[in-house]
Amino acid sequence: MSTGKEIPAGRTMPREERLTPPQWPGGRAAPPQGEFAVIGKRNRKLEGLAKVTGRAIYTDDITLPRMIHAKLLRSIHAHAHIVSIDASEALAMAGVHAVITGRDLPGYYGIIPWTEDEQALCETKARYVGDAIAAVAADSELLCEEALAMIRVEYEVLPAVMDVETALEHPEWQVNEKAPKGNISKQVQLEFGDVEAALEGSDAIVEAEYWYEGSTHAPIEPHCAVADFDATGFLTLYSSTQVAHYLHRDLAKVLGLPTQRIRVIQPVVGGAFGGKSEPFSLEFCAAKLSMVTGRPVKILYTREEVFYAHRGRHPMRLRYRTGVTRDGKLTGVDARIHIDGGAYSSFGLVTTYYSGQLLSAPYALPAYRFDSTRVFTNKPCCGPKRGHGSVQPRFAFECQVDKLAEVIGLDPIELRRRNLIGEHTQTVNGMRVTSNGFPQCLDAVEKASSWSSRFRRLPYGKGLGIAGSMYISGTNYCIYPNEMPQSAVQLRLDRSGRATVFCGASDIGQGVESVLAYIVCEELGLELRDIRVVAADTDLTPVDLGSYSSRETFMCGNACLDAARSLRDRVAEAVAAVWECGKHEVSLSRNIACCTRDPQAKCMSVREAFQLAEARFGTLGAVGWYQSPKLGGDYRGGTIGASPAYSFTAHVAEVDCDPETGFVQVKKLWVAHDCGRALNPVTVEGQMEGSAYMGFAEALMEEQVYKPAAPGHGAGLHHGPSLLDYRIPTSLDTPELESFIIESIDPEGPYGAKEAGEGPLHPSVPAIANAIYDALGVRCDRLPFSPPRVMDLLRANEGKAQWERARRQVSGAC
Amino acid sequence: MGARAATGEWRMLTLPRFNWVRPRTLDALLAHLDVHAGESLLLAGGTDAVPNLKHRLHEPRYVVAIGSIAELDFVRQEADGLHLGPLVTLDRIATDARIRAEFPSLVRAAGLVAGPQLRNMGTIGGNLCLDTRCTYYNQTFFWRESLGFCLKKSGTVCHVITQGKRCVAAHSSDTAPVLISLGAQVEIANRAGRRVVSVEEFFVPDGVHNNILVPGDVVTRLFIPAASRGMKAGYQKLRPRASIDFPMLSVAFAATVKGVCESGSLVVSAIAAKPRTINGVDELVRGKALDLDIATALGELAFKQCQPLISIPYDQAYRRSMVPVFVRRAVLEAAAT
Repeated sequence: MSTGKEIPAGRTMPREERLTPPQWPGGRAAPPQGEFAVIGKRNRKLEGLAKVTGRAIYTDDITLPRMIHAKLLRSIHAHAHIVSIDASEALAMAGVHAVITGRDLPGYYGIIPWTEDEQALCETKARYVGDAIAAVAADSELLCEEALAMIRVEYEVLPAVMDVETALEHPEWQVNEKAPKGNISKQVQLEFGDVEAALEGSDAIVEAEYWYEGSTHAPIEPHCAVADFDATGFLTLYSSTQVAHYLHRDLAKVLGLPTQRIRVIQPVVGGAFGGKSEPFSLEFCAAKLSMVTGRPVKILYTREEVFYAHRGRHPMRLRYRTGVTRDGKLTGVDARIHIDGGAYSSFGLVTTYYSGQLLSAPYALPAYRFDSTRVFTNKPCCGPKRGHGSVQPRFAFECQVDKLAEVIGLDPIELRRRNLIGEHTQTVNGMRVTSNGFPQCLDAVEKASSWSSRFRRLPYGKGLGIAGSMYISGTNYCIYPNEMPQSAVQLRLDRSGRATVFCGASDIGQGVESVLAYIVCEELGLELRDIRVVAADTDLTPVDLGSYSSRETFMCGNACLDAARSLRDRVAEAVAAVWECGKHEVSLSRNIACCTRDPQAKCMSVREAFQLAEARFGTLGAVGWYQSPKLGGDYRGGTIGASPAYSFTAHVAEVDCDPETGFVQVKKLWVAHDCGRALNPVTVEGQMEGSAYMGFAEALMEEQVYKPAAPGHGAGLHHGPSLLDYRIPTSLDTPELESFIIESIDPEGPYGAKEAGEGPLHPSVPAIANAIYDALGVRCDRLPFSPPRVMDLLRANEGKAQWERARRQVSGAC
Repeated sequence: MGARAATGEWRMLTLPRFNWVRPRTLDALLAHLDVHAGESLLLAGGTDAVPNLKHRLHEPRYVVAIGSIAELDFVRQEADGLHLGPLVTLDRIATDARIRAEFPSLVRAAGLVAGPQLRNMGTIGGNLCLDTRCTYYNQTFFWRESLGFCLKKSGTVCHVITQGKRCVAAHSSDTAPVLISLGAQVEIANRAGRRVVSVEEFFVPDGVHNNILVPGDVVTRLFIPAASRGMKAGYQKLRPRASIDFPMLSVAFAATVKGVCESGSLVVSAIAAKPRTINGVDELVRGKALDLDIATALGELAFKQCQPLISIPYDQAYRRSMVPVFVRRAVLEAAAT
């Protein structure tokens, strides 16, 4: 049972009963009839050909008649009062149409309704180098830039807060005046079980401090928005977003327009990874400038501006005490965490909870507490990046487990096996766990990497490391409290033999539109080319909360399954009436409808079957929606981290280190991931590979860091806001990778599916850290594991001595 | 602020306004430069010039595209040595079997520049004339404005050495250290005529403009003498990624070996504005075999003479500590050729 010490606050929403999705005979994990025809097969992605042939329309491909361009003026100071802005010279230039400042868009917004602390353009002060303070609309981008140069801004420079320590020491240097006090963005203290007693009862305790450096998403497509405010007062906004619905709401709020007079369209998105999961300045500014000028307005961020928009991985300092008994039972965890949030809240409230809430599986923790503080600093705002808030504590925790295993002389995989939480159970902080394939994940990577014959047995410089994790398949609660469905689908069939899926889900490259198409194919016996998916257009599609928290396959997939199955029922009923057979005897598969009792005689095309159904029931349409069950611990914050299902992952990393230069080469990653059921193994593997590589990149290279103040310049300059200086791995740097799909078949997922897009990132970083220890005998507790840092560790660590000790430890235990 | 518009410095990554000139002959180029030398930027492959234009590091009135001047694009293997036109692409050098047979370290260095697409466009002349690089300089206009600009461009302060009066931006060409180690020469033309200098003398220790070219000068030929054919030579490059990145430390070594070493040349770069030719190499290697002992000794010699600056990443202590390692590896690589 959870015993969260934080007192439950007054709930902001009534606890009435939630909608319950329909039940299907045989459950949702089972195929509609016999065996799967489409699900589980290696199918192509719907939009794949359009993308590789250059036909896919991204936001920047959209050019509307009479369209003009806009650009943002950004602060050159990390922290400064805006004393005055004089745009008269800019406005006087030929071809310049409008200039707006913070006064034109005074409304505050924020993705979390309790922390609305941003304005599209700073009205009174700038909070980081690059904070937007004005916008210019002109005939061309170059003209916009020339006009921006003519805007005179008078600043009064304020002391800049560049790190957590300064933020806490100088509450009077308040970065964000919406902070509850000083520079505190959010504090969470939760304890489950008696941690002190648990740690006292341990045979060994490991205490360590970790630093997880910030990183950014670096999607190849920069943010882009095109706004078109027409003569009737209707606003259409095309945006490279992953949350069309939340954007829709915030546009209405900030622009003062009714939501029904706004249409948000998400074109094809070229990568997001969490970096487009809230509204940004460009969307409001493009819309406002279109309203002011009566012209369509486009804003495309430069690569540099994407680094300032950021919302990437929070830098975290994590101090961990973790206990274990001599026989390898984890006893308790005491975690103290400082989170550097940057200038605004973004999802920071949730991040602060996630920094502890998502650690309570796949291992059974009898006692666990965390004390997390997120602070504001004068830097671009951090937010959700793939594995939001839980990648950092997972790194610290999995390194702790490796250290504990060594202390008690146990193989680190064996230590993990002795602490499995199991399936259909509950975590210490009150999270319901359904299916759980983590033991099989461990088995798969252990076997494939020849772990038992190679761990602690490879020559100096080479090593293996293991780590595990779990992650959510969507969150149980909407960002703004309501009891409406979290996902929905409208499905239309017609006499042409075609199906159209209307859904609000955002495909950001992960493949949710394809998943919906596979489901419709499976249920209705259609071929992939006969499915059209119309998605993420607030005029045409039902509300879906968006692509975040790994929710789309599970939630929108379930909604789609329900819609498709109800239509399947109608089609089967119409055909059964003609054939005078039972509805359950009708098979729809591979474009053929037949009676399973007499398939040669009783057989027609699916199109003909649709026509029978249309004649019998009228126009064919159905809706499906998903609403998760009420879940979570009964304490304040107990709903954060609650998910209808959790995915599980284990990695083994093999490294080859150069002890002379400190270069770490990851030779291979073995990735096993429990995704429930792989609806399409190709796209699941794609997500596993992309996740693991993204984690690998954070482990070895990526860092979103800023220069401190120096005698010649102020604080807060991004170290290098370009893809030359912000290094992401090239194809030559990325290691070989082998993926193993583990199918635990979740009872509540569509056909048993769970998430695959974020979970497989988590173990990359600790697995590599643990492998470096196996190779060199040094503990990389600070990211990234760059060559200078590895060399410093080697120098501080008497060369090979610790490496030799570590080998003796395990060979002694074996 | 209005002054910024007057100087032609703009934000973001559009190209600035300029006039485009595309001469077809060297004479036409020199004629253009005769009138507009001080306000022209020469552009060959454009892999360095275009990003620098977008960053407003150069603000020329004329961008002179020299890529169509056929007489500057040649590879001639002659009795006196290898003659290379400045427009020969890095990819051609990196994949030319005959050049590989004679000058393997040059081929290796050319093949380690940036990535395949950039080597297809980038030229050996452009790589030789590559602008120096610095973390405070190779940034957008907005970034540099936030910085308050720097000594190299639009400002008065060096942010690497705060009291420094001279720009210390790093020489970042991969091929130049190799060319120096092979005793290469460069031919420079202008309206007055042609002159030839050694590649070593081509560079000067000034990060703002680190070579001897003056407005109106054009590099017209590179030449590696026949005496350097068959030298034992190696090139080692420190960079975070296996592609794309500029060197954070580069080492070129070449030795004339007839049984034992007769002479040697060791050049370390990406540490300051000018490639550093290590002193005392001949004395150390003469009469010795190219083995681990001599490689280690050369590393120690270079370590004493090299002080990398933080104008480019990683930190200077790390890069300095890598000097002996990369020198040793370059020497052993040479020994294996």
